[in-house]
Amino acid sequence: MRFTEEDVRRVARLSRLALEPKEIEGFQQDLSQILDLAQKLQAIDTTNVEPLAHPGSSSVFLRADLVTETDQREAFQAVAPEVDRGLYLVPRVVE
Amino acid sequence: MTRANWEVVIGLETHAQLSTQSKIFSGASVAFGAEPNTQACAVDLGLPGVLPVPNRAAVERAIRFGLAVGAHIAPVSIFARKNYFYPDLPKGYQISQMEIPVVQGGSLRIQTKAGEKIVNLTRAHLEEDAGKSLHEDFQGQSGIDLNRAGTPLLEIVTEPEMRSSEEAVAYARALHALVRWIEICDGNMQEGSFRCDANVSVRPLGQKEFGTRCEIKNLNSFRFLERAIEFEIKRQIELIEDGGQVVQETRLFDPDRDETRSMRSKEDAHDYRYFPDPDLPPLCISEEWIAEVASGMPELPKSRRQRYVNELGLREYDADLLTATREAGEYFEALRAAANGVDAKLCANWVNGELSAAINRAGLELADAKVNPTQLAALLVRLADGTISGKIAKELFEIMWSEGGEADALIESRGLRQISDTGALEGVLKELIAKHPDQVEEYRGGKDKVFGFFVGQAMKATQGKANPAQLNALLKALLLGG
Repeated sequence: MRFTEEDVRRVARLSRLALEPKEIEGFQQDLSQILDLAQKLQAIDTTNVEPLAHPGSSSVFLRADLVTETDQREAFQAVAPEVDRGLYLVPRVVE
Repeated sequence: MTRANWEVVIGLETHAQLSTQSKIFSGASVAFGAEPNTQACAVDLGLPGVLPVPNRAAVERAIRFGLAVGAHIAPVSIFARKNYFYPDLPKGYQISQMEIPVVQGGSLRIQTKAGEKIVNLTRAHLEEDAGKSLHEDFQGQSGIDLNRAGTPLLEIVTEPEMRSSEEAVAYARALHALVRWIEICDGNMQEGSFRCDANVSVRPLGQKEFGTRCEIKNLNSFRFLERAIEFEIKRQIELIEDGGQVVQETRLFDPDRDETRSMRSKEDAHDYRYFPDPDLPPLCISEEWIAEVASGMPELPKSRRQRYVNELGLREYDADLLTATREAGEYFEALRAAANGVDAKLCANWVNGELSAAINRAGLELADAKVNPTQLAALLVRLADGTISGKIAKELFEIMWSEGGEADALIESRGLRQISDTGALEGVLKELIAKHPDQVEEYRGGKDKVFGFFVGQAMKATQGKANPAQLNALLKALLLGG
């Protein structure tokens, strides 16, 4: 299956990746190969096979409902690019 | 616009914030109103190297909900990543459930003017909330508060089975009452603990296929839900009748302008690229756990309502009111327990009558009623055993409501005891008859209405303390016996 140029651009946009035009051709090839492999797998008859979301059979561990975290805002915000009155600042987003 | 030619189709998605102490995947507090980012830990911030660990209490609340709506509780369900970019979602994905949710199916009974209806649920799944973006006060920038990030939510999704805004509101109210009844959500809509998204479409009457739908986001009051749906129905019908087409999109309701507005173009937005979260193995729920949760469930509104009608002989109307909220039911149960031997119907009449009127007048909640169940029980015991009359009981209730005090003490100190002494009552009546010979003649001449006149006069003379049954019997004997 062939990944088009537009497919690559779309996936890059969804992933917020800025691609140089000259990079696109390479990704077209790589992604097409991945899809080919997926297609090979899809050829296998899985009619009676339970869907598997995770390898292994263990259940997720559940913790007790307790507040165990303390306020570490100062430490976290020390590495943030910009903060104001306790808020993280980011370029303006308005819908 | 000819609304009558169109059928409205509505499905609701409701986010109920689960009443836990800590977040769904971290040990940070979920207390409301904290200083920004003081309750956002490394997991909530999506810092590298952290792992989510689910909160047992959040899962337990999902099980409670599943049991309450008669749903299938999945023995194995899967957490999935919903990928999108937004600054209040630092990981770049929301942990949710996609293909295999924890609660599958189920239904809720609603009541509208047209009668009873069952609304089927598609599913309910566990997920984490995002943070909050603040757009004002920061020139050219947005401020991000991640305290809410990771707050446990149960998203409850209906089938597209509602056909009017009235049904949608009735469903939302029933669901709101239920999640509070089973104590999985505090239902505080101002604080965003319970918010609805409405999927609305219209189709010509008789058409099988659904029309194109719009999703109205974040409706946090029943009134807004109703107004937003009404606006959207009108907008879609007018658009189609004018030759246009509804575009599938997300819309926001603006309560100030009473309209919905397009929120964002959906070019990429629906491509969330869900996949199982590799950080979280399957969520397994054993039969034993479900049984344990079931044993701790309160009696549900539906079965309580049936019990009230079938065993206590209450009218459906009264049973509905008494099971509309957990508080009403609890009050009634406490009243019944304290008012030993008093007829259940009398108790129901008082809770739905005098008590609820007093609460509405005072603008209070039932929990703040100024006459508690034990106090009201003492009053009803005296009403039932004939110590006080119905009229006096209402007066006594007013006194207890405004001034406080206990029924028995007030009956004594204010002399409210009903006159059941035949001699005393006879004296009063004889005096009346002597004073009104004309009316006596009229009565004897066949004018039955005059009887009421004498009853009124007798009640006035005794300040309402005459035992009505006794009064009626005596009066009749005296008038006829002459």
